[in-house]
Amino acid sequence: MNIIGKPRRRVDGRAKVTGQTRFADDLTLPRMLWCRLLRSHLPHARVDGVDTAAAAAARGVKLVLTGADFPIPYGILPVSQDEHALAQERVRFVGDPVAAVIATSEEAAQAAVQLLAPRYTPLTTISDAHDALATPAPQLHTYAEVGNLHKRVGFEFGDVDASFASAPHVFDDSFFYQGNTHLPIEQHATLAAVDGDGKLTVWSSTQTPHYLHRALAKALAMPAAHIRVIATPNGGGFGGKSDPFHHEIVVAGAALRTGRPVKICLSREEVFYCHRGRHPVDMRLRTATDACGKILAMDLETLLDGGAYGSYGVASTFYTGALQTVTYEIPRYRFRGARAFTNKPPCGPKRGHGTPQPRFAQEVQLDKIAVALGRNPADLRLEQLCKPNSLTANYMRVGTIGLGRCIDAVVEGSRFRERWGKLPRGRGLGIACSSYLCGAGLPIYWNKLPHSGVQLKLDRSGGVTAFCGATEIGQGSDDVLAGLVAEVLGIDPFDIRVVTGDTDLGPVDLGSYSSRVTLMMGNAALEAAGRARELIASAVAAELQLPVARLGFAERRVFDLEEPTRGLSFADAVIAAETRHGTLGTVGSYRPPDSAARYKGGGVGPSPAYSYSAAVIEVEVCPDTGWLDVTQVWIGHDIGRSLNPASVRGQVEGSVYMGLGEALMEESAFRRLPPKRSDALVHKFPSLLEYKSPTTREMPPCTTYLIEDPDPQGPLGAKEVGQGPLLPIMPAVANAVFDAVGVRVDEVPITPEKIVRALEEAARGRPARVGPTGFPDVGWPEPLRVAPPWEGGDGKAANETPRRPRPDKDAKDKQVPR
Amino acid sequence: MPPQPQPPQPPTAGSKVVLTLTVNGEAAEVAFEPHKTLLEVLREDLALTGTKHGCELGECGACAVLVDGKPVLSCLMLALECGGASVTTVEGLARGAQLDPLQDAFADLGAAQCGYCTPGILVTARALLDQHPAPTRPQIEEALAGNLCRCTGYLSIYQAVEQAARKAR
Amino acid sequence: MRAPSFRWHAATSLADAARALAAGGPRALLLGGGTDVVPAIKRRQYVPELLISLRQVAELGRLEPHGASLRIGAGVRLGALAADDRLGVGHTALRRAAGVVASPHIRNVATLGGNLCLDTRCNYYNQSLEWRRAVDYCMKAPAGVALAAPAGGTCWVAPGSPRCWAVSQTDCAPALIALGASVTLVSAEGQRTLPLADLYRDDGMTWLTRRPDELLAWVDVPAAARSTYWKLRRRGSFDFPVLGVAAAVELAGDVVTAARVVLGAVASHPVVVPTESLLGRPLGDDAIAAFAELATRLAKPLDNTDYQLGWRKRVTRAYVVGALRELRGDDPALLGVLARRQAALIPA
Ligand SMILES: Cc1cc2nc3c(=O)[nH]c(=O)nc-3n(C[C@H](O)[C@H](O)[C@H](O)COP(=O)(O)OP(=O)(O)OC[C@H]3O[C@@H](n4cnc5c(N)ncnc54)[C@H](O)[C@@H]3O)c2cc1C
Ligand code: FES
Ligand code: FES
Repeated sequence: MNIIGKPRRRVDGRAKVTGQTRFADDLTLPRMLWCRLLRSHLPHARVDGVDTAAAAAARGVKLVLTGADFPIPYGILPVSQDEHALAQERVRFVGDPVAAVIATSEEAAQAAVQLLAPRYTPLTTISDAHDALATPAPQLHTYAEVGNLHKRVGFEFGDVDASFASAPHVFDDSFFYQGNTHLPIEQHATLAAVDGDGKLTVWSSTQTPHYLHRALAKALAMPAAHIRVIATPNGGGFGGKSDPFHHEIVVAGAALRTGRPVKICLSREEVFYCHRGRHPVDMRLRTATDACGKILAMDLETLLDGGAYGSYGVASTFYTGALQTVTYEIPRYRFRGARAFTNKPPCGPKRGHGTPQPRFAQEVQLDKIAVALGRNPADLRLEQLCKPNSLTANYMRVGTIGLGRCIDAVVEGSRFRERWGKLPRGRGLGIACSSYLCGAGLPIYWNKLPHSGVQLKLDRSGGVTAFCGATEIGQGSDDVLAGLVAEVLGIDPFDIRVVTGDTDLGPVDLGSYSSRVTLMMGNAALEAAGRARELIASAVAAELQLPVARLGFAERRVFDLEEPTRGLSFADAVIAAETRHGTLGTVGSYRPPDSAARYKGGGVGPSPAYSYSAAVIEVEVCPDTGWLDVTQVWIGHDIGRSLNPASVRGQVEGSVYMGLGEALMEESAFRRLPPKRSDALVHKFPSLLEYKSPTTREMPPCTTYLIEDPDPQGPLGAKEVGQGPLLPIMPAVANAVFDAVGVRVDEVPITPEKIVRALEEAARGRPARVGPTGFPDVGWPEPLRVAPPWEGGDGKAANETPRRPRPDKDAKDKQVPR
Repeated sequence: MPPQPQPPQPPTAGSKVVLTLTVNGEAAEVAFEPHKTLLEVLREDLALTGTKHGCELGECGACAVLVDGKPVLSCLMLALECGGASVTTVEGLARGAQLDPLQDAFADLGAAQCGYCTPGILVTARALLDQHPAPTRPQIEEALAGNLCRCTGYLSIYQAVEQAARKAR
Repeated sequence: MRAPSFRWHAATSLADAARALAAGGPRALLLGGGTDVVPAIKRRQYVPELLISLRQVAELGRLEPHGASLRIGAGVRLGALAADDRLGVGHTALRRAAGVVASPHIRNVATLGGNLCLDTRCNYYNQSLEWRRAVDYCMKAPAGVALAAPAGGTCWVAPGSPRCWAVSQTDCAPALIALGASVTLVSAEGQRTLPLADLYRDDGMTWLTRRPDELLAWVDVPAAARSTYWKLRRRGSFDFPVLGVAAAVELAGDVVTAARVVLGAVASHPVVVPTESLLGRPLGDDAIAAFAELATRLAKPLDNTDYQLGWRKRVTRAYVVGALRELRGDDPALLGVLARRQAALIPA
């Protein structure tokens, strides 16, 4: 290969270092108006009306909009169409948008927002998941499954209780994982304009232009064909820009009403209110093992604090259970999860979507098992890795697994075997592993369409343009597209013009989420490029009177492999092809293989391939103050094949960074004022100063090992790297703290305060830990019972009421993820 | 004591001030409303959108520019304070079509992922190299301690600064 | 986030600034580097009618020896101050404090005068107008701009309390007080000099004894043989101190002849710890431990900054011990991970 596998400059690199990349807020149009939103200052209230007269009369104001202007609900998942561009009869968190002012300047819009007079009747404040369990009424949403529980799910794969009853060891631990947020440095911005032909164009910092396109069509009751969404390059996303957002729909509606371009750029505080970040999760994890610590069965319960709206929450809930099985062999498994509605900004998908929380629980518990049974934690893991090309208890199809090699690399690099358990007090090492999806097996709404499409245009100039709906959010997807096409056609990535993120110009790609783009767009790109190559090859073969098989494509030439000086330049080859075939264009598309999981809910978790990571982390802890410094990270990541190692390494290091932030300091914390005095429930510090994102001062040295074990499902064997390497970081830190000072922090973030508290507990002769001591009574319904493959199962649930397939109805309002 | 809040005066439209300053080596005369920050004037009145913002409160470093050679936060600086100053933004780093060695190194090593923190980091690193042509790791860490990057974990950024420093020598 | 509109005056001299301030009345606000004023006006913590810029006031930019002291103008930028050769070992505490304020970019603009006059902070107060409305405002900023000011207002940090508990989080004030600095205030009426400690009041609302028509012109800083400043914050950059320990001692042989220890960020004012117990004897472990106990009792952190207050109190003890051990000459490497972090924070 000429391009793939070598570190090189990204195709969008130059624009980014010259300031030429045009982010959403960099765009302006003639006659442009500005929008500002009035947001609820109450956590939960009935909206009795909004007095808009004074604002409408203020200088510069062109339009004031309220909930009445946007009566149609939308939401990212078909099962949770519970959002409106502006509040209808209810506001559900401080920051919920209520009204909008559109004016000739941002200053004028902001001043007029102050003149809006909303009238509210306050309702009971529900501050967290426990509060939601205890407070079934008033319901935040009447569609909730019961009380303020949005959704409960449960599965059992094999007779878990029987395994527990006969197991030599049972480990039972409770954990709490605090919520946190994506914090892209770019504040969300959107510009909407009515085109000359009356159609609507929306530029937005969104990771999912296709889903935004659908939401706009629905919420504005407008034909999708008359809407064009252009995802501007995102200044970071991490999952925080994958929902359709209020402000996007509001400015689109405002542009349609005023006939003028309308822009909004959110303040940092408003970005915190958009949120969709990591769910806070309470967990109880019970694991039965044999005498050596090999897992016999696992039983996991999770309770998610979902915030005020559905967002991706149903999928997030499934994800807290779905991927526990793809790392280690788990013969029997039970998972029950529930999501609560609370009066806070909605949670959703953040890097690792739903899986970092149970991963933390599992990896910390494995460390406890190792310690209890006198095993080395690295060996305990190596002995029970999933087998390649196998089905798990919950019917996930695992392909290649480079995890063993990842573990070996980090264990050697850190001299884990020599040093773990032997460092002086105050210093410690911890190890943890993880796995992640390379794209979800199912789209968000039910269909059998491609998940990604790529279209190539080649013309007589020798120019190649690649069109795809995929969205560049910083992860390097434009470069993956150009790199793969260039490799197949034997040209340079910089020869290719890449047109992405535009619903008018490119075929649909579902968006930059669930680590799907490299695999899915990549496969589509290979198909399109392969077809183009065939067209060119057949023409060149005819011209040179050679069999097609003897042609090579490299260095901008198409040539005889046996006599390389014979051949055509790439441009001449394209001319030959255009002469022979007419105008040149090819397409490729990708849809993941069908899942083996045929039970309801089995749609969340299947993926064409899984990536694997292992990390060792070294810490230093002050036994007096609990101060915690991470001094070194070793991380191994099974990338399948690395398409551009410079980008891959960057994703790994960025994941390590973000994982350290979560592990040590990041926290979506809220303040409930004394209930006797106030109903207030506010984000404690919606700012970049007080929400602590690590600076250069906190980032330790990091040694990265890229493990290549090409997966047949991936483009040229590539797997994901954007999310997986974050997952082992938090548990590895917790395990290292234990190694350093002998206490367990069964919570994230792991702060000095908690370490001190655990040390104090230990000094008083109590268990040397901090963390929850139990799990609340959720009132679990009967789980779906599915026999694992090795117990004669076929992927279906024994106790599921069969569902008649109703594709049209399903497409409209039934949930997928099923 | 600072004045307590009072009812706001709506912005006094039209009452602009005119200021001369040097931007990226060119003299610029610009008219703007007096409450505007240097960030807003650069982006909105001079169309230099290369300079970004992530908080507008001094908490991220995305808006960093050089004023008289020193890295400062343009979101905290009232444009009125910049009369006569010489301002360098990311657009002013390249010499014609020739990228600054820092720009080349950042592009080559993947030190710009989403690229949103990049303009602020580049100008800050430029000021560092102007002062210390061969900076140590700790010096780089210290110089960039006021620039948050959410994508890279900083490590590739350090390497890029080091590579640029080596190449320039 | 946009600043509100205001009138503007660029003062040309100290006298001009004092005149403008006197004429400007209660809604005039001095602008040093603006690194605290600009975010505050964007959040509508204040809505000034007139901003008086001190940037062009040359007198405020001076830094020169004055007798045995160093006279530092209020307009001197913290970044330049931390790097200035004229600050010798005698001013270590100040050099360190100035060098760890905020971030490098902010220090390039932030002035010493602004740092010393820094508004008290609280995470119910350093919030946008919209956020503050959600808690129905607080005592320190009782009214939203769209609302009539209710009388009083609650201090949410201690809702039953008649006072405001916002915290003094300036880094330089504790360091300068430990060094024995005095400050000179200038107004249209004249000037007065007072010990820097007397500039501060234990009141979150009215934290300075400065009259509204006075501006801070300079500080005179004597040298101390040994001094240091330890700052606690979650991140090694950006963050305000949640604890600052400034200490200066004079030793004759190994006997302490003079000592000043000041705690920052644990009250509405820098807290001066009485040092009698340290005087007249060596800085032994027991003396240090007993003193740290006393200092910790005086620290009154509340739940309005980063970190839990109990833990901040605990670290107060560790920091006081660490700072005094550093001053008696212990190898910083023996002081543990926190001290190494401190050492690492000293700019090269
Ligand atoms: C993200 C961030 C982090 C920060 N971190 C820290 C930190 O770690 N430690 C810290 O101490 N500070 C910190 N600050 C606050 C601030 O940047 C510094 O305190 C700085 O030194 C203030 O100086 P300035 O010149 O910018 O003040 P300005 O903003 O100009 O003024 C601050 C106050 O002082 C008054 N003032 C200014 N000059 C005079 C004068 N000559 N006479 C009388 N009054 C005057 C102003 O009217 C105003 O009330 C931080 C700020 C930000 C935005
Ligand atoms: S935008 Fe200026 S520091 Fe964040
Ligand atoms: S590259 Fe995205 S924030 Fe730095």
